[in-house]
Amino acid sequence: MNLTSRTEGDLQIIHIAETRIDAAVAIEFKDAMRNETEDGKDIVVLDLSEVQFIDSSGLGAIVASMKQLGRNRKLALGGLTPAVDKVFRLTRMDSVFPLYATLEGALKDLGN
Amino acid sequence: MFKAKEFKIAASQKRIDVTSSPKAARGILEQLMAQLKVLSLSDECAGKIELVVAEAINNIVEHAYPPGAPDGPIQLSWSFEDNRLNFAITDQGLGMPDGKAPSGRAKNVKVDLMDLPEGGFGWFLIRDQAEDVEYRRTGWENCLSFGVPVNLGAA
Repeated sequence: MNLTSRTEGDLQIIHIAETRIDAAVAIEFKDAMRNETEDGKDIVVLDLSEVQFIDSSGLGAIVASMKQLGRNRKLALGGLTPAVDKVFRLTRMDSVFPLYATLEGALKDLGN
Repeated sequence: MFKAKEFKIAASQKRIDVTSSPKAARGILEQLMAQLKVLSLSDECAGKIELVVAEAINNIVEHAYPPGAPDGPIQLSWSFEDNRLNFAITDQGLGMPDGKAPSGRAKNVKVDLMDLPEGGFGWFLIRDQAEDVEYRRTGWENCLSFGVPVNLGAA
């Protein structure tokens, strides 16, 4: 699982260099997210711009990643490709996560 | 207008065989999406097929051949007819409880953060994205069939 993390102002930005978040990697992804976010900024932006496919296992792993952050931190998703965006909308998870079509859009909206 | 092309594709009905594993869906999808290239599907349509097939295979891996039980064969076959792709997925694992596939109701996400569902979206997505979803248990075999309409456009 190829995750890299950086800080920009008040935001932690996690980039995932994978094209699929599916059943084959869901648990690995969740664990990697736990490691990356153990400490850090209150707002975490997950950059999904390389992800071309997500299934319900991947979706569940992203939900779990948000729960791992606890109540005082927030997970936003940036760079959603059309197929990924669609799964969030179909399952109404677009009402749970702040979604941004581009990472830049997320940083602009959430940063100071 | 598309007769010749349709005939050619319908005549080339395909089968893909894999063994149950966490990577089974990836294995099937890699072959399936390569085979479907001939149809020049739109990104939206290809994405829909990829999602529904992934959910169906993941359900088999998780429930028909659950952890602790032996892995077994999963077979996907598809054909193209009347602007529709028809899929049948079979396995020889455990049957559905009550002999019926789940109704796939949408999950309630207007709940407390810690109560948000992390699973159970699969059947909702299958029933929402595919049509004529049918499950049958015959002898030792499960068979799930469904269709996905395909618009080939004015090629």
